[in-house]
Amino acid sequence: MPASPERYLEVQNSEEFAQLRHKLRSFIFPTTVAFIVWYALYVLLSAYARDFMAIKVIGNINVALIFGLLQFVSTFVIAWYYARFAAREVDPLADNIYDELENGTPKAEAAATTDGGTD
Amino acid sequence: MPTGILAAEASTSTSRSLTITLFLIFVAITLGITVWASRQTKTATDFYAGGRQFSGFQNGMAIGGDYMSAASFLGIAGLIALYGYDGFLYSIGFLVAWLVALLLVAEFLRNSGRYTMADVLAFRMRQRPVRTAASASTIVVSIFYLIAQMVGAGALVSLLLGIKGDTTFLGMDADTAKVATIILVGALMIIYVTVGGMKGTTYVQIVKAFMLMGGAAIMVIMVLAHYKFNLSALLGDAAEQSGKGSAFLEPGLRYGVETAGDAAKTFYSKMDLLSLGLALVLGTAGLPHILTRFYTVPTSRIARKSVLWAIGIIGTFYLFTLALGFGAAALVGGENITAQDKAGNTAAPQLAQQLGIDYLGGDTGGSIMLAVIAAVAFATILAVVAGLTLASSSSLAHDFYASVIKRGTASERDEVRVARISALLIGAVAIALSIFAQSLNVAFLVALAFAVAASANLPAILYSLFWRRFNTAGALWSIYGGLGSAVILVFFSPVVSGSATAMFPESDWHWFPLSNPGIISIPLGFFFGWLGTVISKETDPEKYAELEVRSLTGHGAH
Repeated sequence: MPASPERYLEVQNSEEFAQLRHKLRSFIFPTTVAFIVWYALYVLLSAYARDFMAIKVIGNINVALIFGLLQFVSTFVIAWYYARFAAREVDPLADNIYDELENGTPKAEAAATTDGGTD
Repeated sequence: MPTGILAAEASTSTSRSLTITLFLIFVAITLGITVWASRQTKTATDFYAGGRQFSGFQNGMAIGGDYMSAASFLGIAGLIALYGYDGFLYSIGFLVAWLVALLLVAEFLRNSGRYTMADVLAFRMRQRPVRTAASASTIVVSIFYLIAQMVGAGALVSLLLGIKGDTTFLGMDADTAKVATIILVGALMIIYVTVGGMKGTTYVQIVKAFMLMGGAAIMVIMVLAHYKFNLSALLGDAAEQSGKGSAFLEPGLRYGVETAGDAAKTFYSKMDLLSLGLALVLGTAGLPHILTRFYTVPTSRIARKSVLWAIGIIGTFYLFTLALGFGAAALVGGENITAQDKAGNTAAPQLAQQLGIDYLGGDTGGSIMLAVIAAVAFATILAVVAGLTLASSSSLAHDFYASVIKRGTASERDEVRVARISALLIGAVAIALSIFAQSLNVAFLVALAFAVAASANLPAILYSLFWRRFNTAGALWSIYGGLGSAVILVFFSPVVSGSATAMFPESDWHWFPLSNPGIISIPLGFFFGWLGTVISKETDPEKYAELEVRSLTGHGAH
C-alpha cells in the first residue's frame, strides 16, 4: 500500500534516503558516462581513424575487431559488477527504508532510529 | 541444363514443404500455449503483465525473444555479408544499449509503473495530456519496428518459394506472395495477442529465444568447423570472396564512406555513422515493448536479474552474428545474396542452405537446413511482432482509452476488450505500411525505430525519474518534440525519397542529408524537455517525493 504524501516527503528528506540516493547515483551516473564515452570513442575511431582500426594484430584480426569485441567484454563486466554492487551496497539500504515505510520503524535499528527530516 | 533446373526445382519444393511443415508445427505449439495462457488470463494484470509471476530467467529469455528480431538475425547478417565490418557496428550498439536499460531504467520503471511506459511518465504529471503523448509515441515507434519485421518476413518467403525477379508461385508473382505472407504473419500476431495477452506472448518469446539460439549456434559451429575453428581464416576467406580485400574487415564500406574530392558527401556519411551509433545505444531503453517486459516479474530485483540474463543471451547472439555474416560472405558470396535480396535480408537463410549442402549432403541437405532456419526466422519475426502489437495495444487501451477517454472510469474488462480491438487495428495499419518498405534492409529500418524511441521516449523517462523540476509541459515538449523532429527528418531523408533504394524512388522531396535522424533529433528531445520544463511554473514536490521513494525502494509497487 502506498503511504501518505507527507510520509513520502518525510522519507525523501531523511538522512537514510539521502544516503541511498547518493550511493546509487554515484554509481550509475559515472558508470553511464564512462561506458558512453568508451562506446563513443569506438564509433569515432570507426569514422575518423580508419588507418588505426585497420592495423592487423593477429592474422586477419585487426584493431577494429578487437575494439568491437572489447565493447562486449566491457558490457558484460559492467553488468556483472553493477549486480554485485547493487546487491551488496544498495539493496540493504533500500530494504531498511522499505521496512520503515511499511512498519513504521526499520527492523534492525528500531531503538536507534533518528527520524529524518529535522534538518 | 534442363536437369539442373529440374533438380533445383525439386529441391525448392522439398525445402518449401519442409519449411511449411516446421513453421506449422511452431504455429501449432505456440497457439496451444496461447490458448492455455488465455484460460489463465482473467484480470488486466494477467493480460498486460502476464500476472507478474515470471522468473528472472524466464523474463530474461523473453526479453531476448522480444529484442532479437528479424533485424538482428536477417538484417545484421546481411549487412555484414555485403558490407563487412560495418554490419558489426549494429551488433555492438544493440548490446551496449542494454547498459542504459540496466543502470538507469529497468528497476525504477518496475517499481513505479504498472502496465505501460506512460505509467511512469504520467506519475507526477497531469494524466490525460501526458498519457495521450506517450500513447502516440508508443504507437509510432512500434509501427516503425513492425514494418521492419514484416519486410523481413516478405524477403524470407520469396527466398523459400524460390521466387526471384519475375518467376511465379501458385500464380502469384513475388510481390503478391510477399503481401500474402505479410497478411498471414499479421493475422497470426493478432491471434497471439488478442487471445493470449502478455502471458501467451511471453511464452512464445521464450520458445522463440531457444529456437533462435539453437539454430544460430548450429550454423556458427558449422561455419567455424569449415575453417577449423580459425577465425582469422574465416575472415581472410570472407575478405577475398568479397573482392574488396582487407577493406572488407575494416569500417567504412557502408558508413562513413570517404568520397574522394567530395568533402560534403564524406562529412555527411561520417555524420550518418555517428547518428546511427547514437540511436542504437540510446534507443533500447525507450522501446515500449521492451519496457513493458519489466512489468512481468514480481519485483525490481527480479527485473534486474532478468536484464542480466538478457544481456547474456543477447551478447552471445551478437557474437554469433560475426560468424553468420562473414560466413555468408565467404560461403555464399555477395553476388548470390544480392541476386536474391538487394538489401541482404536473406543472407542468413542462404548461408543455412549452403551449410546444409556441405554438411548434410547435396540439395536435400541444403533444403533441410534452409527449412529449419527459415522456420526459426519466421518464429523470430512472429514473436517480435506479437510483442510489439501487445505493447502498442496496451498503451492504446490503458493510456488512451481508460485514462484519457474514460477518465479512469473504465472497468478492467472493458479495458482488456479495447486492448484486443486495438491489437487488430494496429496490426492492420502495420500490414498496410510494410507493403511500401520492401526495398529496405531490416536492420536499417529497426535503427530508425531506435532513433524515434531515443528521441521521443528516453529523454522523458530519464527526466521523469531523476529530475525533480520536470513537469507536464516538459514531458509533452520532450515527447512531441523528439517524436516530431525524428519523424519529420526521416520523412525528408533519402530513406523516403530521392535515392535508388528509397521507399518512393521515383520522387524526390528530400533535403535532410542523413539517413538516420538520431544525432539531431535525440539532442532535440532532451532540449525540448528542458525548455518545456523551465518555461512552465508547475511543480509537484509531493508527487516527486512519492515517485523517487517508490522507484528506489519498491514501496507500494504493483
